[in-house]
Amino acid sequence: MYSEKVMDHFQHPRNMGEIEGASGVGTVGNAKCGDIMRIYLDIDDNQIIRDVKFKTFGCGAAVATSSMATELVKGKNIKEAMQVTNKAVMEALDGLPPVKVHCSLLAEEAIHAALWDYAQKNGIEIEGLEKPKSDIHEGEEEEDEEY
Amino acid sequence: MDKLIYLDNAATTKTAPEVVEAMLPYFTEYYGNPSSVYSFAAKSKEAEDRQRAVIADALGAKSNEIYFTAGGTESDNWAIKATAEAYESKGKHIITSRIEHHAVLHTCEYLEKRGFEVTYLNVDENGVVDLEELKQAIRPDTILISIMFANNEIGTIEPVKEIGAIAKEHGILFHTDAVQAFGQIPIQVDEMNIDMLSASGHKLNGPKGIGFLYIRKGLKLKNFIHGGAQERKRRAGTENVPGIVGLGTAVARAVRTMEERTAKEKEVRDYLIDRVLKEIPYTKLNGHPTDRLPNNANFSFRFIEGESMLLSLDMAGICGSSGSACTSGSLDPSHVLLAIGLPHEIAHGSLRLTLNEEITKEDIDYVVENLKKIIENLRKMSPLYEDFIKKQTN
Repeated sequence: MYSEKVMDHFQHPRNMGEIEGASGVGTVGNAKCGDIMRIYLDIDDNQIIRDVKFKTFGCGAAVATSSMATELVKGKNIKEAMQVTNKAVMEALDGLPPVKVHCSLLAEEAIHAALWDYAQKNGIEIEGLEKPKSDIHEGEEEEDEEY
Repeated sequence: MDKLIYLDNAATTKTAPEVVEAMLPYFTEYYGNPSSVYSFAAKSKEAEDRQRAVIADALGAKSNEIYFTAGGTESDNWAIKATAEAYESKGKHIITSRIEHHAVLHTCEYLEKRGFEVTYLNVDENGVVDLEELKQAIRPDTILISIMFANNEIGTIEPVKEIGAIAKEHGILFHTDAVQAFGQIPIQVDEMNIDMLSASGHKLNGPKGIGFLYIRKGLKLKNFIHGGAQERKRRAGTENVPGIVGLGTAVARAVRTMEERTAKEKEVRDYLIDRVLKEIPYTKLNGHPTDRLPNNANFSFRFIEGESMLLSLDMAGICGSSGSACTSGSLDPSHVLLAIGLPHEIAHGSLRLTLNEEITKEDIDYVVENLKKIIENLRKMSPLYEDFIKKQTN
């Protein structure tokens, strides 16, 4: 059901862990729906992401998208990091099953939430960045008609 | 991957070699249509009748009360929809439980859309239906009580005999989905006042695509599948003769080996439960501690999610299942785990391991050692665990 790349990132997650005194931390999702992602960013004075770590409670796709998202933003400046969309994460993973697309949205949200935290702490504005939603799942999916 | 430890026997089982062997001649030698007149086809008809008797015997029923179907889901659909149709002049109220299989729940929802009223009984924290609540739910227009014999996820065995007695006392029909229980626990339809019972072949080392519905003689149930005059005009379609032979052989085998097999499974299962609860912190056993299917263990591990646990187990050659939302394609975890009162985040971290008689304590040792590592790794990755530990140390 998952691509080899997804399984590789699930089995060998990149950048898993925490950063003490991170420049920005973002947590998105909720336990009720079964996935939570937390991203830690270490951003230097030139607004370059020097280090990034993640922690995820969730399915294989949630772990893999978090892992891939950290790889995609590491070493980038914050403007470039803003370009890392859920589509980019999915493409880098050679796709996701349709029911797992929300995991990639969560990864994008988590990066944005961490950037938002960084921007708040430093009193700056990042172009195109909006305040993270507390629950990305609200009203997102409708139950299928099964008959 | 050479190693394979199959612990998902509630999903399906390996077809027993003696079952396959018994079936084979009915594909290539005795392939006649049981409805045909010539003597060649009589072999098929005889085989069918023989197996019907074997199954009836296992339940203390009569041969003409056993109707072959394509499996448990069809049997549940038939029992509930046909009862609703046949008895709707008497009333349009049905009682079932919150922890039924979707074959029952979705059939009830279908009937609700067609003017029937359904009461979904609650269960306690062990998954047992409350008999007092059942009695209170009964109304003059109640026509059917449908409660499963044992739950497929948490393994809890329901007080079926008591439910049957209550149904009989009130003159209400009683159907039980025994897909998980049949072949694992002795069932007697008369003693337990069961009017209809669903069962499936592939859950008891028989083939897939075959099952039966027991219908007590005298019930007005009409057919569900329309066509030819097979199954005493109640279930049309040329009989799946090899399947029927396979099912009957599997039932005979299950009855013959039940005592020894389930005793062994219980011993190994209890060993698994003991080790997991002792050696993995923040873990809970779901389902009744003693009144549960002999081969069922169901755990919740806090701070982790089920699908990632299953993927990791799969890499170690271990097959299990989970009530996590991610395994069902919806955002909600299992309705059974929610019904026994688990919070969503704990229901997401559930793992069901269902044994067969070939599983040894050595296999369990391998499973537990892997499980410990997997859960430790996933917890290291979990922001919920991080928050929990930080709270503990503060």
